Amino acid sequence: MIEKFVTITSPCVPLPIENVDTDQIIPARFLKATERKDFDKNLFRDWRYDSNNNPIADFPLNNTKYSGKILVSGKNFGSGSSREHAAWSIYDYGFRVVVSSFFADIFKNNSLNNGLLPVQVSAPFLAEIFEAVEKNPSTMLEVDLDAQTITIVESGKKESFEINGYKKECLKKGYDDIDFLISLKDKIAKFKSPLA
Amino acid sequence: MGKTLFDKVWDAHVVENIEDGPQVLYIDKHLIHEVTSPVAFLGLDRRGIKVFRPENTVATPDHNVPTINQDKPIADELSRMQVDKLTENTKKHGITLYGLGHPNQGVVHVVGPELGHTQPGMTVVCGDSHTATHGAFGAVAFGIGTSEVEMVLASQCIMQPKPKKMRITVSGKLKAGVTPKDVVLYIISKLTASGGTGYFIEYAGDTFTSMTMEGRMTVCNMSIECGARGGLIAPDETTFEYVKGREFAPKGEEWNKKVEYWKTLYTDSDAVFDMEYTFDAADIKPQITFGTNPGMGMGIDEIVPDEQDITYKKALDYMKVQAGKPVLGMPVDYVFVGSCTNGRIEDFRAFANAVKGKQKADNVVVWIVPGSGQVEKQIKAEGLDKILNEAGIELRQPGCSACLAMNDDKVPAGKLAVATSNRNFEGRQGPGSRTMLASPLTAAAAAITGKVSDPREVFGL
Repeated sequence: MIEKFVTITSPCVPLPIENVDTDQIIPARFLKATERKDFDKNLFRDWRYDSNNNPIADFPLNNTKYSGKILVSGKNFGSGSSREHAAWSIYDYGFRVVVSSFFADIFKNNSLNNGLLPVQVSAPFLAEIFEAVEKNPSTMLEVDLDAQTITIVESGKKESFEINGYKKECLKKGYDDIDFLISLKDKIAKFKSPLA
Repeated sequence: MGKTLFDKVWDAHVVENIEDGPQVLYIDKHLIHEVTSPVAFLGLDRRGIKVFRPENTVATPDHNVPTINQDKPIADELSRMQVDKLTENTKKHGITLYGLGHPNQGVVHVVGPELGHTQPGMTVVCGDSHTATHGAFGAVAFGIGTSEVEMVLASQCIMQPKPKKMRITVSGKLKAGVTPKDVVLYIISKLTASGGTGYFIEYAGDTFTSMTMEGRMTVCNMSIECGARGGLIAPDETTFEYVKGREFAPKGEEWNKKVEYWKTLYTDSDAVFDMEYTFDAADIKPQITFGTNPGMGMGIDEIVPDEQDITYKKALDYMKVQAGKPVLGMPVDYVFVGSCTNGRIEDFRAFANAVKGKQKADNVVVWIVPGSGQVEKQIKAEGLDKILNEAGIELRQPGCSACLAMNDDKVPAGKLAVATSNRNFEGRQGPGSRTMLASPLTAAAAAITGKVSDPREVFGL
């Protein structure tokens, strides 16, 4: 059971870099746990802390100007490895939404499977968000899953985003795919793969 | 309208269509390793369920394992616990494990094919993005997250929206010094690191059909580096020849039946792709990456392009390369040959033949890491280890090693590595490490000269 997704109105943390890969989100050396614990501490580890483990002041996560449940980043977010630890670390840090103009496929699936909503917006809308946040770091964004819209609250500028109906229901109700698959067990047992 | 190879394999595995949702896809072969599986097993325990079809899953530890002294306990406590957890979980659920010290242990994507676990027409998944490797056999193979690993363990199925289809056709004969690795690096540099996102690629054309299975695996392996979920090549006589006789390959009458079926797995002439690219093999030079994603690559004798973009400039700064300048001649500190991309016997043959009778440069540390116990055995059987030793290079033991530096094989901060692996992300080979991706041949040129060098010049090709 994952946490039910409700409409989120929150300031955001801007990360205006493209191709943010999963090795940056959580470096491989922090993947050694055998349970889902403490991954948030190492979210963006090598951008967040220097080699002496001191926080790098101007990295957005360390910058007190920014806060909130929404991470906004440049295109092709989450590229690279399939490590679900990337989605876990972002979620466990407190984010519920990642906004970008483009997501890597595996990251997108992993996020949806953990109640973290990837919101894909157009490049111009993404630029508008970054601009608004630069002017006013407390800029509020509203993400309405039901209506499938994201709004820059101050200006009222709005864009729609895509999500399939099945995943939308799962997020709203906190269902996961495994419950669904287990309910299909009889059908799966009868299914004959051409390779069987 | 005809079907593509991808359609044929995918559609034959759809158990259920969900309206306005993903498809339920049956998985023939599930490979697991120590990093992305423990939380999935915890999930099964929490639900109080068992693995649905344990015989369809195969396990081997690879990401964390040391590449020396594998007979001793793993020194790093967390790595040891993770590897031990895989042993415990596989034992509890009756899953075949090639553990540390087992002759079949190795990088999961090297082990699967060489034992015949991977076969044409299969759906193959693993909690690792380089699962695309198995597409070389005409399998639909792709990486999944840990929630999906749990789904496969629980139900032998996952839920996926069907990707769009892309065909990349490369025609013609490769020039001297140009390897399958160069072909795929070239393709990624043209498509960029995100150009394949949302697609499944079919590699077509005589450049691919004339490659060995090892070469095809290198190509398919890196499909994810342009964002594609996977990439596949239609099975042919080269494929059947490779699979035949392997431990888990079909035998006798079953073999004949399977080959009959496998021969139907090709793209129909009237099938339509959502996107097509065509390249000429003659345009491909030995490649090298200069930035911090695999799309930032070029011909090794070219100059680093200039772009006015903060992400691009950040990458060049990190790599300490300059726009408008070549990378040839840059001093190299480390050379890594191995990984699921280039950790097969052919890769070590190419490297060893190139360095034969020469000496490693003094300024370079060279890590030669076989992809599996079977590859290591073959290297020794062919005497390649002796050639390496005479060149001042030591053969290590199988694992993922410096590809992602989860074990002790870490490139120190600021040091430059020429690596045959698949990712040049910031810190990928250790915090602060700088990585240039290249072929085993280009790696050999760097090992001998101690700098970024054109293998065509170094080896007179």
